[in-house]
This record gives sequence, structure tokens and C-alpha cells, in this order.
Amino acid sequence: MAPQYLDSELKLLKDNVLELMFLVKNQLEKGQKALQEFDEELAHEIMANEKRVDSLELTIDRDCENLLALHNPVAVDLRFVMAAFKINSDLERIGDHANSIAKYIVDIGHKIDDKTVKAMRLEEMYDTSNKMVSNIFNAFITEDTDLARKVFRLDETLNQINREVSGSTAELIEQDVSQTKNYLYLFSIVRKLERVGDLSKNIAEELIFFIEAKVLKHKKMKSKNNNGNNSENL
Amino acid sequence: MESETTQSSKPKTTKVETKPKLNSKNQSYKLQAKNVDVFYDDFQAIENISLNIIEQSITAFIGPSGCGKSTFLRLFNRMNDYIDGFHMNGDIYLDNKDIYDSSINVEELRKLVGMVFQKPNPFPKSIYENVAYGLRIQGIKDEEFIENRVIESLKQATLYSEIEGKLDKQALTLSGGQQQRLCIARALAVKPSVILMDEPTSALDPISSGKIEDLIHELKKEFTIVIVTHNMQQAARVSDNTAFLYMGKLIEYGDTQKIFTNPEKDRTQNYITGRFG
Repeated sequence: MAPQYLDSELKLLKDNVLELMFLVKNQLEKGQKALQEFDEELAHEIMANEKRVDSLELTIDRDCENLLALHNPVAVDLRFVMAAFKINSDLERIGDHANSIAKYIVDIGHKIDDKTVKAMRLEEMYDTSNKMVSNIFNAFITEDTDLARKVFRLDETLNQINREVSGSTAELIEQDVSQTKNYLYLFSIVRKLERVGDLSKNIAEELIFFIEAKVLKHKKMKSKNNNGNNSENL
Repeated sequence: MESETTQSSKPKTTKVETKPKLNSKNQSYKLQAKNVDVFYDDFQAIENISLNIIEQSITAFIGPSGCGKSTFLRLFNRMNDYIDGFHMNGDIYLDNKDIYDSSINVEELRKLVGMVFQKPNPFPKSIYENVAYGLRIQGIKDEEFIENRVIESLKQATLYSEIEGKLDKQALTLSGGQQQRLCIARALAVKPSVILMDEPTSALDPISSGKIEDLIHELKKEFTIVIVTHNMQQAARVSDNTAFLYMGKLIEYGDTQKIFTNPEKDRTQNYITGRFG
């Protein structure tokens, strides 16, 4: 094995994962803007970019397969390739959610009024999920596991909002049945963003596995802090 | 292993008088090295290595060329004794017996600790006589016993099915992979409890190497195996424990799975990932 060649292959893989991460991050941010301003053109741009997400996913799959078959990586290199393989899949699914949200925006067909946006807590959901994706992007670049760990708390925030919004949606429908379809679209967006949070959390776990060789998957919350909020013993 | 030269028609196996020490998993330590230094004249090849090897396990020694892994391997059957300028400090134990004690009969030791080398080295004799050789030099005359042991050893070495009915054929007409398995059969014939392997597949093609690796797995059920290899994937595939040596020192020793997924030392990681060495 030529180590320099391996290093260059690993760097290429990292660059491709970063490119996909950046693309997916932009897809989500554009979704927020398209919803806020009802920018149909921007929503179509997101749908068009989905092909780039899929294409990059295939490239990264192939990179991982080649690295495993040709270089037999071990230790930190093996962990990196395994993590990249799983992160790739999670990013593609985040891309799918961004694409679905763009379709909902087009289907809704008009700007959502501020009162409804507030009631559905869409800004909070978007801000939190965007922050999560931003954190994993920066954590991946700097290999900063402290930053990756911040994602776990943010995921709890998303889960909490998601639980609360289901009640708010029911109330909104009761108040104006004629808008049921739109409320369901908006609730679906909330659910999609909640899934983005789950996937971002998975990515954070994979980053920690790669950098620290610790497996956090399926670890339960173990304690509550003084404010009564869940805290992670991770 | 004791200084006992009485010849008989059947080979003698040495009884272990003291019970082997146990590790935390209650497994016996077959081999132990304690604070071992090795010198060739003024050159120090091994520096203060202590290491325990569990019975019926496969232990791989890895490290760059010249790190001392073959020297360390050869300590366990005193093969270094032949090298000019060799001297050592510390102790090596087989079943809790100090094998460098003056009471030890080295020939008897080597019956218990067999060795397989990098290149297959069959004698220019028939297949049968190659395997029977160790028994004959022990003075065994019982031909029926020898024949049974030869066939048993060839079967253990997974060679018998390929050469059945051709045992009178010259060993040197066998392929490289078959010759290496013949050498393993020759080592097995004298009923060792430990087999040392010094890069046993480095001269073989992938198919023959695969057969030797399968064989090593099978032999583990009965023997304690220590293997020196430059092939990282081979060490990862076949061994239970791995020792990484560098410049005569033991850098890291432990569970193979751990070493190849998350080694503790940076130097181990750098070596197994091909970044130095």
C-alpha cells in the first residue's frame, strides 16, 4: 500500500462528503426562504438540485467501496470510511426531505400568513434544524466532537416542538376546516424537519465514532439536569 | 522437555508438573516472556519485553523489518542459540517452565515447540519420509505407529486428500503451498503443543495462502500458534491477539480486533495504516 495514495483517496472522499453536506445544507436553507417568501422558483431549484444530491451520493458510495476493496483501511481510516458511508446515506435522506418540502411549498401555492407560521412554529423548526446541519458541517471540517455533541440537545428541541405542534395543528383545523389541506402540508413540513434532526443526530454519532472510536448509537438519555431538561451522558 | 534421552518405540510427551497460571478469563498462559532483552554481540535486538500468550490461541507478531519480531519468535524454541553473539536476559516460560534453564533438553523442547519457516523446506525425500522424519530421529521403530501418525498429520495439515496414494512421491515435486502444508504436517507429527510460524505464507500465492490460513484456524483447536507476518490483513484475519514491535520494543499487545479498529498507541495506528515503517 502506498500511504500517500491512500491519504489522497481519503481526502477525496472527505471532500466529496463535505460537498454533499454543503449542498444539503443549502437545500434546507433555500427551503426555509422559499416557504417564508413563497418563492416558487426557489422551490423548483431545490427539486432540480435533488439530482445533484443523488449523483454525489452514488459517487461517495463508489469511493467507499473502492477504498474498502483496494486499500483495506484499518483503525482510524476504517472508521472514517465506515462513517462516511453512513453519513452519505443520512445526507441523501436529508436531501430527500428538503426535496419533499419544496414540493409541498409548490402544492400550497401561496405565502403562508405569519400567524399560521408562528402557530406551526416553522421558524423555530427551521432555525434549529439548520443549526444542527451547520454544526455537523463545521464539526466534520474541524473534527470537533464537542460541536457534534451540541446536535443532541438541539434534536431534543426539535422533538419537543414536533410533539407540541401536533396539538396546535388540530386546533387550527378545528378553527378553519377549509384550510385543512394547507395545515396538513405545514404539519408534514414540521415532521420532515423533525426527521432532518434525527438524521443530523445520526451523523453526529458517526462523526464521534470516526474521531473518538466511541459508539453512541442507541444510547439512552441517562439524567436530567437541574432545569428539568434532559441531558445526555454521552 | 526434561533432560531425558531414553528412546522408546512411542514418543514421550512431557507432563506439565505445575498448573499453568490463569488470566482473568481463566485461560492458561502457554507461553510467557518476562523482561526479555536480546543482544547480538553489542547490538540490542529486543528490549525488556514481557508478554503472555494464552493456550490454544493465535498470536500475531507484526512490525517493520528489523523490529525484532522473528528474533522474539525464535526465543520460544531457542532457535537463536545457534546465532553467534546471541545472549539474553530475562525468562521465557513454556507451561510455567523456564525453557532457558540449564536442565532443559533443547531437542525435547523443540518437539513441544514446532516451527514453520518462510520458505517451505521439505527434505529431498518422499512425502512419507518427510513426515516420518521427526519420529524416526526420536528412535521410533514401530512402522505401523509411524504410518498412522504420518497419515494423521497429513490429514491435520489438510494435505492428505490431495496426495493420497502418492506418499512415495518426492516431496519436492509438490507445489509451494503443498510443500508448506507438508512442512506443517512434519511439525505436527511429533505432537507439539506450540507451533511457531515465521512468515509462513510470504512465498505463496493467494489460494495457497488462504489454505494455510484455514489450516491455522483449524490447528488452533489443538495447538497454541504464534505467527510472524508482514501481511496486516493476514494478522487481522487469523489472529486472536496481536503484538506490535518497533525497534526491539513491544509497543502494543492486545486483542486483534481492538488493535485493527482502535489501537491505543499512535505508533501502532501509524504502522497498521501504512503511514510509517
